[in-house]
Amino acid sequence: MARLFAGVGTSHVPGIGAAVDHKKTQTDYWKPLFDGYEPAREWMRNEAPDVVIIVYNDHASAFSLELIPTFAIGVAESFQPADEGYGPRKVPVVEGHPELAWHLAESLILDEFDMTIANEMPVDHGLTVPLSITCGEPNIWPCKVIPLCVNVIQYPSPTGNRCYQLGKAIRKAVEAFPEDLKVAIFGTGGMSHQLQGERAGLVNADFDIAFLDDLTRNVDRLVRIPHVEYLREAGSEGAELVMWMIMRGALDEDAREVYRHFHVPASNTAAGLIILENL
Amino acid sequence: MRKDRDYSDIPGTYVFDPEHSRQGYHLNMFCMSLNKEGNREQFRRDESAYLDAFPMSPEQRDAVLQRDWVGMLRLGGNIYYTFKLAIIDGINMQEIGARMEGVPDEHFKAMMINGGRPIQGNRYQKEWNRSG
Repeated sequence: MARLFAGVGTSHVPGIGAAVDHKKTQTDYWKPLFDGYEPAREWMRNEAPDVVIIVYNDHASAFSLELIPTFAIGVAESFQPADEGYGPRKVPVVEGHPELAWHLAESLILDEFDMTIANEMPVDHGLTVPLSITCGEPNIWPCKVIPLCVNVIQYPSPTGNRCYQLGKAIRKAVEAFPEDLKVAIFGTGGMSHQLQGERAGLVNADFDIAFLDDLTRNVDRLVRIPHVEYLREAGSEGAELVMWMIMRGALDEDAREVYRHFHVPASNTAAGLIILENL
Repeated sequence: MRKDRDYSDIPGTYVFDPEHSRQGYHLNMFCMSLNKEGNREQFRRDESAYLDAFPMSPEQRDAVLQRDWVGMLRLGGNIYYTFKLAIIDGINMQEIGARMEGVPDEHFKAMMINGGRPIQGNRYQKEWNRSG
């Protein structure tokens, strides 16, 4: 049977991907951030999951205002890096896992989570930067990936509680899949940041540290954070953190923290990373 | 922008809510078109002619041509869309941040390196009014 063994929360700042792509990870600006990613890369090499479900948001790449799915799951054989305006990132094509992805779609919909099913979905920095953070620069990505795309751009995004419940349904679905697979789930985006308006540049490290702490100490508090609190305290784009709640919902209640890294700034953002494992 | 929502009193913040999205649809879809290299070339060649294909308001059109970054947000733009225009201009997110606040680029970059804009004093509009 498939087994969901761990979750990773990580920021997906495009500048982090650009630093990798332009060989700037060892500059004074970026080195402290990338040094803190080394243990996560080592964890990824050692644990070697067969499949990673990456919960992320699209940034006007695959989707636009033309069509705004709240939750979309990618069921394709592969996903091409998207052109976000600079030309596509020169990273490997993302290989999917159609059998597990279709199984998830079927199970989630019958479990009353009305997923949008995507056969064509170019993936932007929201998905490829977490792969760069955890896998470095391989010629092919070391795992299959199931993209799970969440709308967090058009207000309102799904609530933290809905995301958490979706995570629980994902866990149930994965563990009903007959093939023997080792599966991890990434929740991406955040942490506190605001890109827009006269308040751009907002960072709230206290909010972020408390969020990281409560992923193991007080998940109930995080599940109930309303949108207005994310917007006010973590910034208009910090509201992406609801996606971490999908990851958290897919893990055991008593999952333990095995690593964390927090650094300000990555471009306009507080960058966080946490690894949680089921006991 | 709506004044009656629980987030309406957050200063310097344009929540991309339904009203905002309706207002900014054509502006944002113009930005979206810049994902294609062929369109980027056409836009660079003649911005005004390119914009004729998008039925946006005269104010939105002026904001695009003048690169009024906060103006675009006020008129329904969303930062992830309008940033595609910044990519065309070769400027990054910190430089956009500086222009939106109306401070020199170096000032904004230094603020980020020093830990970002603090949350203290930046939660409520009334805190901004008080400090003038």
